[in-house]
Amino acid sequence: MTGLGELFERTRAERRGALIGYLPAGYPDVAASKELLAATLDAGADLVEVGVPYSDPVMDGPTIQAAADAALKAGFRLKHLFEVVESLSARGGRAVVMTYWNPVYRYGVDRFARDLASAGGLGLITPDLTPDEAGDWIAASDAHGLDRIFLVAPSSSEERLHLTAGATTGFVYATAVMGVTGARDRVGSGAAELVRRTRAHTDLPIGVGLGVRSREQAAEVAGFADAVIVGSALVSRATEGTEAVRALTAELAEGVRAPEPAAQPS
Amino acid sequence: MTDDGEDKPPRGEHDPDERGHFGPYGGRFMPEALIGALDELSAEYDKARLDPAFHDELSRLLSGYAGRPSLLTEAPRFAEHAGGARIFLKREDLNHTGSHKINNVLGQALLTKRMGKKRVIAETGAGQHGVATATACALLGLDCVIYMGEVDTERQALNVARMRLLGAEVIPVKTGSRTLKDAINEALRDWVTNVDTTHYLLGTAAGAHPFPLLVRNFHKVIGEEARAQILELTGRLPDVVAACVGGGSNAIGIFHGFLDDADVRLVGLEPGGKGLDSGEHGATLTKGTPGTLHGALSYLLQDADGQTTEAYSISAGLDYPGVGPEHSWLKDTGRAEYRAVTDAEAMEAFQLLSRTEGIIPAIESAHALAGALRLGRELGGEAHILVSLSGRGDKDVDTAARYFQLVDEEKL
Repeated sequence: MTGLGELFERTRAERRGALIGYLPAGYPDVAASKELLAATLDAGADLVEVGVPYSDPVMDGPTIQAAADAALKAGFRLKHLFEVVESLSARGGRAVVMTYWNPVYRYGVDRFARDLASAGGLGLITPDLTPDEAGDWIAASDAHGLDRIFLVAPSSSEERLHLTAGATTGFVYATAVMGVTGARDRVGSGAAELVRRTRAHTDLPIGVGLGVRSREQAAEVAGFADAVIVGSALVSRATEGTEAVRALTAELAEGVRAPEPAAQPS
Repeated sequence: MTDDGEDKPPRGEHDPDERGHFGPYGGRFMPEALIGALDELSAEYDKARLDPAFHDELSRLLSGYAGRPSLLTEAPRFAEHAGGARIFLKREDLNHTGSHKINNVLGQALLTKRMGKKRVIAETGAGQHGVATATACALLGLDCVIYMGEVDTERQALNVARMRLLGAEVIPVKTGSRTLKDAINEALRDWVTNVDTTHYLLGTAAGAHPFPLLVRNFHKVIGEEARAQILELTGRLPDVVAACVGGGSNAIGIFHGFLDDADVRLVGLEPGGKGLDSGEHGATLTKGTPGTLHGALSYLLQDADGQTTEAYSISAGLDYPGVGPEHSWLKDTGRAEYRAVTDAEAMEAFQLLSRTEGIIPAIESAHALAGALRLGRELGGEAHILVSLSGRGDKDVDTAARYFQLVDEEKL
């Protein structure tokens, strides 16, 4: 069983959602990003997504765009990604990497998979790579024992949910709202519906991302999904420092431990 | 209609595969959230291609509104500087809105209406595609939002005003290099948020499938007309077809008229900026390596980590670090060749055409003209060179006035 399999087995046994926190590697600089990600794990995140700062983050809103720009200006290089992942796995933390596809393509898909696996990373989330174009990555992830986490969206047809869930391992990433990343006041009403539709095609755990920023929202999402993914809200806190990240993570960790029963369809 | 009931036109010899691949290039490197919209567009385009009513309406607009066919003009006084070669200009500058962009825009605007969408977004570099899009939206009653890099809104202020006059909202993009690449990023962010109501009217033959295919097909008319016109005028095919390449839409359109004519050389002219060794250029095919950007695998200006590097050109319309995937394939197969032209060479050709022929070209098109001068000198006496004059230079008068110091800087 993969590291992600064990994780979800435990959170299911504890009848709670898993908390997944996203922060970019190299933001505000490489050393500080290691500390921020470690603090996220220490304060109650079950898994971290280590983001790769990229020059053209078309799926990201202003918060993550600004962090990526700052990381690149501060000198982030791809080699630092593996260092950051290694620093987390060395202390027993679970980490996957979230990246736009070109840095992986340019590095070499198999080489990237090999180096990520040897740094102790568990898998890769690929927001602009769908299974349709993922032949090389599917082969490399199999060869190096990594999970490949593809995304589904409210606009995905049943046929595409089936295709995507079938190619995914670890967990399915459900983007709850149509739009770019960014904290939102309300969880999109389409999120529960997307999770329900996706479950018809897979037994894999399903994580919901885009927009969560509070204990209440985390509890709400944990009521219908297996994992709550928090990105922009953590990145905003990262600008305030490690303690702010720790505090928000602890709040969210409480939320996923008190899942609200999902509203019955009327 | 085939027996299996597929509503699809037959795949042509030069068409990409079912998933949009030209050799290894193209495809769809896009978020899942947009795959549904791309599938919808592909399906609508397939239906439209089989629908005579669509072709009739598009033909009517191209002839009765855009002014097609565009002229073919020989440029003998200009050609005196090209080693004795004969030079022929395909006059896309004479189309309504002043460039080739209107061909694709009218086609996609009709598709937008067929899909029942009411809102159109587009990116623009020099403003030519933005103006053409705003024009088609005014004509067809569609809401229009144009994303334009802040740097470009400054160097192409006239086109910003034109778009606003036409009723479009122009949003200056302040992220990244604040040029065309970032305008596309911002348009994609809008699209993923509003995809149910909105068509992204991409302006070049790049991006995710089906854009490279449909943009090319809407511009094929340039090459088809030019081939017939030059045969009529000279009795033979040209030796070389030259076109500028940013994203590559006018080039792919004119090249397609001659792809099967093996003896016709196809030459794309890329922006060499301040020189290929200066690091300040946009010569994607000459100096780039394969990578993914804006939805397709193609040549790309990038660093060793796969970060896109900034392109530079005096021409806002060529200032793009990517290129359409079919050009990457034509480069690798050797069917087309790509060369770089510096700012200085392009501006020299810009001034020369103005003074010898009374035609002020777009600075984009001046790259093709500079390429033709060089090719003519290489080939000598008997060569016939067809140049895609993709746009007119009114929008560039300000840039040219500064470059040639024609007016007091203070008064600009």
